[in-house]
Amino acid sequence: MSAKKTEKTEKMLTPEEVVKYFKDEFKTKIKSAEIKRRTTGSKKKEFVNIWIKIDRSIFKDFVKHLCNLTYPHLAVACGNDLGKTIELVYNFSIYYGNHLEELSLNVSVDVPKAKPEIETICDWIPGALITEREKQEMLGIKVIGIPDERRLFLPEDFPENVYPWRKDEQTKKELEKLYKNLHEGAKKK
Amino acid sequence: MSKETTQTTYQIPIGPIHPSLKEPVMFKFDIDGERIVDVDVELGHVHRAIEWTGMRRNPIQIIYLAERICGICSFVHPLAFCRAVENACEIDVPERADYIRVVHGELERICSHLLWAGVAAHEIGFDTVLFLTWEVREKALDLTEYLTGNRVTKAILTIGGVRRDIKKEHHAKINETMASLKEGYKKLAHAFLDDKTVKMRSKGCGVLTYDDALKLCAVGPTARGSGVKKDVRADQPYTAYGDIGVDYITPDVLTGEVNGDVYDRIIVRLLEVKQSIDLIEKAIDQMPAGDIVSEPKIPKLLNQIKKIEGEGIGRDEAPRGEVIHYVKFDGKSETPYTWKVRASTYANVLPWIPMLKGDQIADIPIVAASTDPCMSCTNRVAVINNATNKNYMLNKETLHNLSVMKTRRMIH
Repeated sequence: MSAKKTEKTEKMLTPEEVVKYFKDEFKTKIKSAEIKRRTTGSKKKEFVNIWIKIDRSIFKDFVKHLCNLTYPHLAVACGNDLGKTIELVYNFSIYYGNHLEELSLNVSVDVPKAKPEIETICDWIPGALITEREKQEMLGIKVIGIPDERRLFLPEDFPENVYPWRKDEQTKKELEKLYKNLHEGAKKK
Repeated sequence: MSKETTQTTYQIPIGPIHPSLKEPVMFKFDIDGERIVDVDVELGHVHRAIEWTGMRRNPIQIIYLAERICGICSFVHPLAFCRAVENACEIDVPERADYIRVVHGELERICSHLLWAGVAAHEIGFDTVLFLTWEVREKALDLTEYLTGNRVTKAILTIGGVRRDIKKEHHAKINETMASLKEGYKKLAHAFLDDKTVKMRSKGCGVLTYDDALKLCAVGPTARGSGVKKDVRADQPYTAYGDIGVDYITPDVLTGEVNGDVYDRIIVRLLEVKQSIDLIEKAIDQMPAGDIVSEPKIPKLLNQIKKIEGEGIGRDEAPRGEVIHYVKFDGKSETPYTWKVRASTYANVLPWIPMLKGDQIADIPIVAASTDPCMSCTNRVAVINNATNKNYMLNKETLHNLSVMKTRRMIH
């Protein structure tokens, strides 16, 4: 896929049309969509955040469909540990390069903690690699098809299967153990 | 370099202390003679678990924690965080505060770009330009101290506004500083843009193509140097930028063409210094009267946040590019359930790879510096020679000397 950005001459969709564009394609697999408008400054210029929640099964197709519309900028993927599931929020922005017309598109996907898998989007957006690697080590997400699955931030001697951003009891215990060892190690010296 | 390695590829790791800016990142280069064949980047040497810590504090405390994410961007990180909270909790910011935010944001950009310009000059061996640049920068820092009480960690932001007003009596000093910055800018523009050696050294090296910049999600001057028009200030209205109006600065503004090399990134940053001076003057000029914070009582504000269940993002344009913070509140506690920070260099790590491939070892400092990396970096280079299986270290000084020698060779 060639990286093509929406230029000024091309038609830009309104936030409602963007939501419709995805709903037409994926129907009920779009679980919810919300458009948040806020204003800023004295002239009350408006900026728009679109929040879309989608089913995991269409995630990769969703991103492909998005790339067909316009080439997006992926800022980052955030993750929330919600207990039984982990929610991933991909923060895209589209229509950048047009004065004050950019839309923020936040796409959230739930993955079950028992099988925390998501497909890679590096085929369409190679720049997603860094954030995907971070989600693997920090939240224990398995990114299927990731071109480079090494750790990014965590040191090599950090234990396997401990994911610092998870909020469950087991992670808490493991982290406390690490913290304790750190201090005991310092005392011995 | 070793003599017997002319035919074989060998690997040199650089870092974790960075060869140009003093922050830790580790590069592993595959080298064929003097050419870089492949690059691998390792991060995490200064991962301080700030997000983890933040998820155990209240939003007001996080502002000051966010301020310490980066010593140079000590305004944009708390700004992104405050905006994320304001968006999640639908807190409106008074108009005057929006304009004051612009002034501080642009002042920080001037300080950061001039800091970078000085380091870049040093990397290629022009220490006189380094001192000239930092002399100009000192004026901007003095103004920051005058307006906020501090040179770097300014503690100026709060959720729903700013903490200190810009009053009438401050205007004289601001005008005086802007006038001297404009004078300084003229000198710097001459030193960087009209100089033959800077051109020779930076043209055609560290090329990032338009396509790569777009696909690798580069941000800030790194993206704009390759002609990708991405600038949050112009893309999406935030604070008062939508009122004042910001233009995208790409190198073709000056030269009529985009090459995506180090020279282009120098042009973008220098022109942005000028742009920032203009923006500060406009913001001061158009600043409306009124409050500077929507809710000055912090316990009341925290109580309001406690009841919110929702999420929000805050984006802004740091000197190095887009910064984005994400917060989620669960409605039970004022402490964010999730806080995610994405600094601009995070997005500019991958673009290093195409930039460095094909360049020479002596170009590493200036190319690596040209994205203005900021990851709190280290300065030691180990050279592992695969052919002889011998390890040896290249320290920062040696690498710097290699870079300076290349400049000298070009002059003579």
